[in-house]
Amino acid sequence: MKGIVEILKPGLSTTIQDKGRLGYSKFGVPKSGPMDEVAFGFANLLLGNDENCACIEWTLQPPVLKFNAPTQICLTGAITDAFLNDDKIEMYRQVEVEKNDILSMYFCKNNLYGYVGIYQGFQSAISLKSRSFYTSITQNATLKKHDKVPFVISNGTENRFSNLILPEQDNLNYHLDVYRGMEFDLLSNDQKDFLFNTEFSISNIRNRMAIQINEELKNTLPSIITSPVLPGTIQLTPSGKLIVLMRDCQTTGGYPRILQLSAHAINQIAQKRTNETIQFKLIDF
Amino acid sequence: MKFELQYKRYSENSILIQWPAKIDQNILQNLLFYKKSIENYYNKVIVEIISSYHSMLICYVCTIEDFYSEVSALKSLYNSHQEVEIIKKRLWEIPVCYSTTRAPDLIDFSKKKSLSIEQVISLHTTPLYTVFFLGFLPGFFYLGGLDKKLHLPRKRTPVREVKKGSVAIGGNQTGVYPIHSPGGWHVIGQSPIDFFNPNLDTPCFVSAGDKIKFMSIEDSEYNDINNRIKNNDFELKPIFL
Repeated sequence: MKGIVEILKPGLSTTIQDKGRLGYSKFGVPKSGPMDEVAFGFANLLLGNDENCACIEWTLQPPVLKFNAPTQICLTGAITDAFLNDDKIEMYRQVEVEKNDILSMYFCKNNLYGYVGIYQGFQSAISLKSRSFYTSITQNATLKKHDKVPFVISNGTENRFSNLILPEQDNLNYHLDVYRGMEFDLLSNDQKDFLFNTEFSISNIRNRMAIQINEELKNTLPSIITSPVLPGTIQLTPSGKLIVLMRDCQTTGGYPRILQLSAHAINQIAQKRTNETIQFKLIDF
Repeated sequence: MKFELQYKRYSENSILIQWPAKIDQNILQNLLFYKKSIENYYNKVIVEIISSYHSMLICYVCTIEDFYSEVSALKSLYNSHQEVEIIKKRLWEIPVCYSTTRAPDLIDFSKKKSLSIEQVISLHTTPLYTVFFLGFLPGFFYLGGLDKKLHLPRKRTPVREVKKGSVAIGGNQTGVYPIHSPGGWHVIGQSPIDFFNPNLDTPCFVSAGDKIKFMSIEDSEYNDINNRIKNNDFELKPIFL
């Protein structure tokens, strides 16, 4: 039996994400998937779900959701005050939902991306083996008011007591680990020094495809022959802008790839707000 | 033909293989052949191979424990196989309506190049283009072989929405927008063909290594093909070379 969650208010750039599309890069299809894989992973883990189960991903302003049947949910990611009807609920643990319950959350207190996990995952349509929203691949690019998303009805669970208490992470996330990018060696020593001795800040030009950095690096490198790129690749544009590619990025690009974020650093930078500062720390494989 | 290849660690779970930095048919053939043998040999441990003009990125399921032994396994695979023609080359004849009503930049383009519209059409429909890879947008193929007389730097400011099916020129490249998208290329024609359908297992019929020829059609033929596509009564078939 399927239940339905109705989107009463959509929030900002709210999407459905599973772990994304693999094997379709030969058609130019981006990978997609959750901006913060760690927070996404915890939602499924705490619900006892398969790791690829689809969650709702929201940005800064969470959605308001109404469930027409009982199930379990779990909230992770950006910290927010959350309520089931009028009762405050905890993040990072299973929450029992009854028929006609309404989940609402305040604008988040820190970070950017939050996740709503549900028992066995949201059952939205699969396109190219994934439920992750992407323009031209799924019907919608974001969830809209009155959209209805199916889920699997569940009456109670035997294992609802696990929870997680997260350490205060703000300071831990200042240094982001990076590897040398494919064109790193073409940079001058001055440029390299600048990269690792500058406090960079996140600009307001950002979305699921890429994050632009405010500070510029004087650039002398020519463009390259269009070549493969991945989420976490940092490109240097002719005008000196640093562009950090994120989950919905294209499969190929023509700007020099000067750094590659570590897998974990991609999750860290995803959660940075505009004007938050970071420093790159060079590591070896 | 064997090339000097470079192997570089790209991320925790990926390795980049680079050919000499050139756009070249021989490199493409060699790359696609190597790609095929890697796919056959590694089907369980590799999740994705992203290929482009002169490089391909091998993405593994797990973090690579020992880079050097992975590279030597890849190298011995490269050296143990003689390149053969694996599949017959496919040629797709793509109908394009080069009309000023359907192509917003056609007049402007012909003026800037000091060519008549007939000359633009003739120069664009003559070559047999090679598909090097797909990227940029789902279903967008990078083509080699555009006539030098048609090269024109892309627009300074991209247009907010280029229509799906737009056939366009940007710099020394030509291609077709498979979906509505912002874009900075000059639109010189419009194709009624659907280049990307996410409901199909193979969402785009064109693949790297294929050949493309553009065929000029009249406005009435455009409408006819468009209607047949809507009624599910049109299938583009390749010619095997």
